[in-house]
Amino acid sequence: MSAVRIDARRGAQGVATVSWLRRLLLSEYLVLLLTIVFVLVMLPVAPELASLETWRDIIGAMMPLLIVATGQAFVLIVAGIDLSATSNLAISSVLAAAVMTLDGGPLAAAPAWLAIAAGILVFVAVGSGLGALNGACVTRLSMPPFIVTLTTMMFFSGLAIWITTLLTDDGSSIGNLPQGFAFLGQGRIAGLPFSLLIALAVCVVAHVVLSRTLFGRWLFAIGINPRAAEVSGVPVRRAVFFAYVICGLCAGMAAILYTARLETGTPVLGQRILLDVVGAAVIGGVSLFGGKGKVLWVVFGALFLTVVDKGLSLLGLSLASMFAIKGGAILAAAVIDAQRQRLLRA
Amino acid sequence: MPATPLLVIEGLCKSFFGVQVLFDVGLTLRPGEVLALVGENGSGKSTTMNILGGVHRPDRGRMTIDGTDYAPRGPRDAEARGIAFIHQELNLFRNLTIEENLFIGGFPRLARWLPLIDRRRVREHAAALLAAIDLDLAPNTPVSRLSQGERQLVEIAKALGGDARIVIFDEPTTSLTDRETQRLFAQIERLRDKGIGVIYISHILGDVMRLCDRVTVLRDGHVVGDAARADLTVDRLITLMVGRTIDQIYPPRAPAIRPGPPALEVRGLSQRGMVESLDFTVAQGEVVGVAGLMGAGRSEMARILFGLDPFERGTILVDGRPLERVTPLTAMDRGMAFLTEDRRAEGLLMEASIADNIALPSLPRFAAGVARLLERTRLGDAVERTGRDVQVNATDFAATLAKNLSGGNQQKVVIGKWLLRAPRLFILDEPTRGIDVGAKYEVYKIINQLAAAGTGVLMISSEIEELIGMCDRILVMAHGEIRAEIERAAFDREAILRAAMWDSVRHGAAA
Repeated sequence: MSAVRIDARRGAQGVATVSWLRRLLLSEYLVLLLTIVFVLVMLPVAPELASLETWRDIIGAMMPLLIVATGQAFVLIVAGIDLSATSNLAISSVLAAAVMTLDGGPLAAAPAWLAIAAGILVFVAVGSGLGALNGACVTRLSMPPFIVTLTTMMFFSGLAIWITTLLTDDGSSIGNLPQGFAFLGQGRIAGLPFSLLIALAVCVVAHVVLSRTLFGRWLFAIGINPRAAEVSGVPVRRAVFFAYVICGLCAGMAAILYTARLETGTPVLGQRILLDVVGAAVIGGVSLFGGKGKVLWVVFGALFLTVVDKGLSLLGLSLASMFAIKGGAILAAAVIDAQRQRLLRA
Repeated sequence: MPATPLLVIEGLCKSFFGVQVLFDVGLTLRPGEVLALVGENGSGKSTTMNILGGVHRPDRGRMTIDGTDYAPRGPRDAEARGIAFIHQELNLFRNLTIEENLFIGGFPRLARWLPLIDRRRVREHAAALLAAIDLDLAPNTPVSRLSQGERQLVEIAKALGGDARIVIFDEPTTSLTDRETQRLFAQIERLRDKGIGVIYISHILGDVMRLCDRVTVLRDGHVVGDAARADLTVDRLITLMVGRTIDQIYPPRAPAIRPGPPALEVRGLSQRGMVESLDFTVAQGEVVGVAGLMGAGRSEMARILFGLDPFERGTILVDGRPLERVTPLTAMDRGMAFLTEDRRAEGLLMEASIADNIALPSLPRFAAGVARLLERTRLGDAVERTGRDVQVNATDFAATLAKNLSGGNQQKVVIGKWLLRAPRLFILDEPTRGIDVGAKYEVYKIINQLAAAGTGVLMISSEIEELIGMCDRILVMAHGEIRAEIERAAFDREAILRAAMWDSVRHGAAA
C-alpha cells in the first residue's frame, strides 16, 4: 500500500488511478456510494424516487430484509451460509398465524394480547428451532452448510405449504389475525415506523454482539481459521451452532414484520427475497470466505438492494427483468468480494 | 560395475533467504547401483533432491546425466530426463484406479486425431507393468483399496512405465509392514538388475546397510562421507552423521536443581498406531525435551495431551489431579498451553492482527457479565504488555496482520498468546522451526524465564543440539514409545540418536 502511495506522489498517472480505485474498492462506504449514484441516475426517469411516499415504502420493505440479512451475517462470518432463511420465515409465519388467527385458532376466544404474545413466542421459537436444526447438521454431523441449508430450504418451504393446506380450505394463507398484531408491521411511534425501530434494535444488538462480546470475537476467529481457533480453546462447534440459531431467530423476527404487514400468514412469504438475504450481506461486504463482516455493511447492502428493487419497479420493469438485474448486482458483489480478497492478499 | 556414471552432481550450493543450506554437495550414481543418502533432519537431503527434481534451482553447481548437462527448470524436465520420485506421501490419486494412475500423464488414444482413451491398450499396458513388479491386482482396482505397500509398488510401476532411469525413494518404508518392506526391497533389487540407478533416502540405517551398494552422508549441508557399504558399519554411519561441534549458543540457565512437584504426569498413555504406553513426568520449573525421528509419535503425543486427538488408554494428571475429559478447553482450564508445530495452519489467525491473535486464548478472562462483554481497555493493555514482553517487532499490534510478520516474530506472537494465560505447563512442538538464529535465542530466553517462574515445559524438537542446550532431561521416542530417558549429566548426542534409531541399530546388529 505504501509503495503505491509513493508512486502516486511521483505523479505516475496510471498508478494514481489504481490507488484511487483500490481505495474505493476497499472502502466500506462503497455500496452506500453506489446507492446514491443509482438514485441520482434514476431521478430524471423516475422522479417519484424523491418522494417521501416512496421512501416510506422502501423503509417498509427494507426492514424485514435487513433483519434476516443481519442473521445471515452471523453464519457468513463463520464461513457458513443459510439458504433456508426465507423458508424458515415462511414456516414461522404460517405456524404463528395458525396460533393467532381468529378463524378457529386455538386462542380465538382468548384476549387479543394473549394471542399476540403466543404468536410472537411461536415466531421466535420456530425461527430459532429451525436454525438449531441447521446448526446441528453442520456441527454435529459435519455436513457442508450449503448442502444442509439447500435441502432444509426445500424441506421447510414444502412443509410450510403443506401445513397451510392442512389448516385452510383454499390452502393459500391464514388471515384474520388480531387487530393489535398489524401494529407491529404498520404502526408508528413518534412518526417512526415501528418496523424501523425493531430493525434498529436488532441491528444495534447484533453489532454489539459481533464487535464487543466474547462470542462475536470467537465467530470471527472461527471464520478466519477454525483449526487455529480450536487450538486456542475456542469451542468451535458450540459457537457455530449458535450462529445458526441466531440466523434462524432473525428469520423468525423478520417473519413477524412481514406477517404483520400483510396481516396474513402465508407460505410463499419471502420467496422473492430468497437471494436478497445472502445478497444484501455480501453486497455490503460481508465475506463469503468468512471472518469478515459488520452490521453496518449489511445495512448498506439491504438499502442498496431495496432501492434498486424500488427504482426498477417504478420504471415498470417486469418481475423477470428485475430478477435478472438484481442477480447481476449480487454477482457483481461476489466478484468485488473476490477482488477485495486478492487486493488484501497482495 | 560399469564405469560411466549415470548421474553426477558436483559443487551444489544453495541458500534460502541468505542462509546457506548446501555447501559444494556432490554425489555420483552409476547405473545398476543403489546409493543411500543419509543424514539428520535438516542436513540437506531434501534440498539436494529437490534440486535434482527441478523444484529448486541451485545457486552454483553442475549436474550431468549420461555425461550431458542437466539443468532442470521444473519437475517436468526431471521427468523428461528419466528421473522418478517415490515420495513418503505418495502421489497417487486415491479416487482413481491403478491403471488410471499409471497413465495419468498421458493416456494412449484410440487414434492420433481422436482424443478418446484406448481402454484396451491401457488395460494391457497396466497389466504388463503390474506383472513386472509382481503385483497381483486387477488394473481397474481403485487405489483407495490398496495397502500402503501396494501403493508404493504402483508408484514403482508408474516410474517403470515412464521409462525412468533414476528412481529416488524418500523414506519409503516408514509406513510399511515388514512383509511389505521385503517386497519393496525385492523390487528395488530388480530395478538395480535392470541397470536403473536408485537413490535411497532413509533414517533406518539397518535397511541402508542391507540394501545399498554405497552410502553418501550429509551433515549440515556438507558431504561428510562417501563410501562403499563394505567399508561401513551402522556405528560409523551414526558418528559421521552427528559428529559436529555445537555451533549454537544457548542462554545460560540454572537447571532445576531440586525439581518441584509434578506439573504433568502421564501414565500408560496409548493410542493405537500413534503412541504406546507413555509414562513420564514433567516437574514444575523443569524443561523436559522430547527427541526422536520424524514419525516417532512426538507430535501425536503432544496433540493427545492437549485434547486435540483422542486416546484409548491411560491417565493424564495436571498438578496431581487427573484430567477427566481431555479437550483443549479443559486442558487450558488446568493451565496447559500448546505451541503447535504448524504455525500457519494451527498456531495463528494469519488474516487477523497481532493483538487479536495474542488475545484469542485469553478472551474468556476478559469477558464480563451475562452478555460476556469484553473489557476492551483491560484486554488491550494486557495484550500490549505481553507483545512487548516477548518482543514482537511491530509498532502497532492492532493494525499489523500476523501474515505480514517474519517467522520469528510470528512464533513470538504464538508464545505471547499463551504467556498471557500464565501457563502452568507449556507444551512446545518444534518451537524454533523455521525461525532465524536471533529469534531462536529469544525463544530460548523466554523458555528459561518460564521455567524459572515454575512452569513445567515439555519441548519437542528435531534439533538434538537444542534439546541438549535447553533441557533438564530428554525423553527419546521411537515408534510411539519412549525408548530412553536421559538426565542432563548424561546428555550425549550419539546416545540420543542411537536411541531414536533403536530399530535400525537392532537391524544393523542383526545384519
